[in-house]
Amino acid sequence: MSEALKELSDHIAQTQAGVVSKTEVRLGELMLETTPDKIVALLTYLRDDPKCLFKQLIDICGVDWPEREKRFDVVYNLLSLKNNQRIRVKVQTDETTPVPSAAPVYSSAGWFERETYDLYGVWFSDHPDLRRILTDYGFEGHPLRKDFPLTGFVELRWDDVQKRVVYEPVKLAQEFRRFDFLSPWEGAPKVLPGDEKAQEPAAAPAKAN
Amino acid sequence: MSDVEIKTLTMNFGPQHPAAHGVLRLVVEMDGEIVERCDPHIGLLHRGTEKLIEYKSYLQAVPYFDRLDYVSPMNQEHAYALAVEKLLGIEAPERGQYIRVLFSEITRILNHLLNVTTFAMDVGALTPPLWGFEQRELLMEYYEQVSGSRMHAAYFRPGGVHQDLPAGMLDSMEGWIKQFYPFMKDIESLLNENRIFRQRTVDIGIVSADQALDWGFSGPLIRASGLPWDLRKSQPYDVYDRMDFDIPVGKTGDCYARYLVRIEEMYQSTRIMEQCIAALRKVGGPVRVDDRKISPPRRGEMKDSMEALIHHFKLYTEGYKVPAGETYTAVEAPKGEFGVYLVSDGTNKPYRCKIRAPGFPHLQALEMMTKGHQLADMSANIGSLDIVFGEIDR
Repeated sequence: MSEALKELSDHIAQTQAGVVSKTEVRLGELMLETTPDKIVALLTYLRDDPKCLFKQLIDICGVDWPEREKRFDVVYNLLSLKNNQRIRVKVQTDETTPVPSAAPVYSSAGWFERETYDLYGVWFSDHPDLRRILTDYGFEGHPLRKDFPLTGFVELRWDDVQKRVVYEPVKLAQEFRRFDFLSPWEGAPKVLPGDEKAQEPAAAPAKAN
Repeated sequence: MSDVEIKTLTMNFGPQHPAAHGVLRLVVEMDGEIVERCDPHIGLLHRGTEKLIEYKSYLQAVPYFDRLDYVSPMNQEHAYALAVEKLLGIEAPERGQYIRVLFSEITRILNHLLNVTTFAMDVGALTPPLWGFEQRELLMEYYEQVSGSRMHAAYFRPGGVHQDLPAGMLDSMEGWIKQFYPFMKDIESLLNENRIFRQRTVDIGIVSADQALDWGFSGPLIRASGLPWDLRKSQPYDVYDRMDFDIPVGKTGDCYARYLVRIEEMYQSTRIMEQCIAALRKVGGPVRVDDRKISPPRRGEMKDSMEALIHHFKLYTEGYKVPAGETYTAVEAPKGEFGVYLVSDGTNKPYRCKIRAPGFPHLQALEMMTKGHQLADMSANIGSLDIVFGEIDR
């Protein structure tokens, strides 16, 4: 399985040298990286090349890495029934750079891209119908971004006077708690109380100079 | 002759229509009785599962998978458990794998029973759901016996299953299978040759093999269009490679073919169940990995082992850390390919958990299938797509 993937990855890297910026086989899965302007060409190639034949677009999703300059990954998962292989194509983008829509290549891309736009705010250019899909009518924000709070910004309730559902800012009965499990036994700073006093005199003369 | 102005009628279908199988709102443009356009509005059941999972430990995320497609809960847990196991680099013990396959197939029967019978109800037959739900109830009792819950089981965990089967369950299942064959014959005798059922389904919503590929179909839908594709055969997981079963393939790609594929799949599932039962009588041993850093200790062990108590506490507060990496793992859920794209950053919570629900692309293709059909055929199409909003809206 993994050898066949290696072969496929070499084949793609050779024939699409200018398009694919990185290939990687990890955990028995092949991953390609490319740039937004080349994604449609690459997907068309992967669909039609006789050695690839990735006829099915299984999924498109976003991943948010806020600390990166181009914060979003758009991940395309493809499947080839003929060769029984899967491939993952990644594209990096940010809030403003649009990614060309894959809808002309795969019909199923339409809703997947709408979902990615809805949840992450990634723009897809030339998309036939880029509307929100999962969130409420008139929703604001992109909920799966890492800087969007889990509790959201608004909550709704039935207003018996107005006889309709009204939106209100979220009121939390208890503050939202998030525990840091990364270093439970090293939570306190590694400075003994009082140690900072010993360092102060050393720092003060340096300032005076 | 003066120009005739043709006016289409825009009609709202759902979200509370019984044939919408949940909260589907369709905005349909109609020319007389013919559907010109139909735009599904989804998301009315959106609960933000993927966002919630990012804030939960790996074990706490399991119950969310039951609540996605609430008629086939265990298959979805299976996909998630396999994804986490892949990142952790562990494998469930043999007995655990057999139990998982056994319950995956029970779930498949549960799902197909619901779909086939409610599909019949959508096109006018009331008896099949009444009969089918009785069988579903019997199967859900097995769910309850192993997990304590009829539907939201949270039984498949990363590393195996939560606990071993109770005594006597395998015998009882054999008895169930014996009475299931005559039941299936009854259902088939009600529907297969039924004139109304055939008039409502044959040649309705035909999907060619190319269209099925283009629109991302999977599961019974792609098989009904004539492509023999099943992940249990082509990319076997757990012990499916040891199972002997056939893949039913449809010829016509219409609603009737989809119905027939599901009926035959139920027979095949009982075959797999029989093989699992036979294997489980021989294969003993643990049902989940014997790694105290991943699977929590038994309650009894905690009574007299300090180590066990510490592990229990750590696993249920902090959970386990999963090495950084990413994987797309898919299983053959009853509705099609259910995949989990899991990104780990090395902490105890998933960084990203994208759920690829089979119903999502299937529903997307509804417009393609329904265009040019009559309004009544639309509900037949929806029924044959087997959509459940828990997984589509997530």
